Amino acid sequence: MEFVDYYSILGLDKNASQEDIKKAYRKLARKHHPDVNPNDPAASKKFQQINEANEVLSDPEKRKKYDQYGKDWAHADQFEQARRSQQQQPFGGGGQHFSSEDFGGGDFSEFFESLFGGQGRSRGGRSAKFRGQDYESELKINLTDAYTTHKQTLAINGKSIRITIPAGIEDGQKIRLKGHGGEGVNGGPAGDLYITFSIINNTGFKRVGNDLYHTQDIDLYTALLGGEVTVDTLSGKVKLKVKPETQNGTKVRLKEKGFAVYKEEGKFGDLYVTMNVKLPTNLTEKQKELFKQLSEMK
Amino acid sequence: MSTGHLIAVSEFCTAHQIEITFIESLAQQGLITIETVNEQLSIQDTQLPSLEKMVRLHYDLDINLEGIETIVHLLERVEALQHEMYELKKKMGLYE
Repeated sequence: MEFVDYYSILGLDKNASQEDIKKAYRKLARKHHPDVNPNDPAASKKFQQINEANEVLSDPEKRKKYDQYGKDWAHADQFEQARRSQQQQPFGGGGQHFSSEDFGGGDFSEFFESLFGGQGRSRGGRSAKFRGQDYESELKINLTDAYTTHKQTLAINGKSIRITIPAGIEDGQKIRLKGHGGEGVNGGPAGDLYITFSIINNTGFKRVGNDLYHTQDIDLYTALLGGEVTVDTLSGKVKLKVKPETQNGTKVRLKEKGFAVYKEEGKFGDLYVTMNVKLPTNLTEKQKELFKQLSEMK
Repeated sequence: MSTGHLIAVSEFCTAHQIEITFIESLAQQGLITIETVNEQLSIQDTQLPSLEKMVRLHYDLDINLEGIETIVHLLERVEALQHEMYELKKKMGLYE
């Protein structure tokens, strides 16, 4: 644990007036406040130091104690005792050595806690409380998982958070979890956690908004004479009628067989199926003869 | 118009211990959108994160409306650049 020079943190000298302290604090707080430094842990740390320096220097009692013991913070209580005993025994005392203890932390530095204790923080007053830093995180989920509302447990800064991911969430979409960000400073509220979803397409479908697109191979004979094909959808297989003389590239819309609509339970987009007519290969002699006959008939 | 949840401005102001005139000033400045539903001033819940940020800038850091407007604009640029940087880093990672 090291001595913390609160004056140098605020860029002041020891003779600074209360007005100087207030001004310096305001200026630095504006510069390093977590709200104006998104995703910057260094700024957040600096902001905590500024806040701590202000907590001490703006309070005449704390400032007096800090000025009195300064670098000898670890020995403050012992000095007090020594001073009292020296007053009783004018030639006694001296030669004592005190070792520092390992003090608990918190939002403020160990130095602060050791000098002022856990009760040293000021209570109340809007300007003394600050909200914690917002956290950003990315969550990768498969497209098939994004199709249904489901719960997932995340580990954020050593804590497990169980969240509900609504069906229909989009790639790049951000959701806010209030109060799951960094801890507040000086009793202020915790920041928020923002999760950006990265959707991995683990299917053969292309997703555009709430609609899905899929290419379905059909053989030449079904395309010419009509028939039925089985088409995959995210909710299972469905049978699709193919009209006779279906052209290559024909697009068919399957209503409400597309992707789940975000936060509208039970609502779905459409599925567009593009017919890809596959020409036969490895024709037998007989087939070739029949195709020849067909070509002569046109 | 968005179909999100609406929050009464008066309720928001009570919870945050702030004056309603501040919210009205933000709306006049075009920083938030206020809707009148059943003769009650309301805001969409999607505006909450940015509104709460503006409240903190004003009440915690003594920043006036003009300052808030400038900061909001610059923060949007910072966040867009951070996102771009993140995407580029992700792409670069694929080639390393």
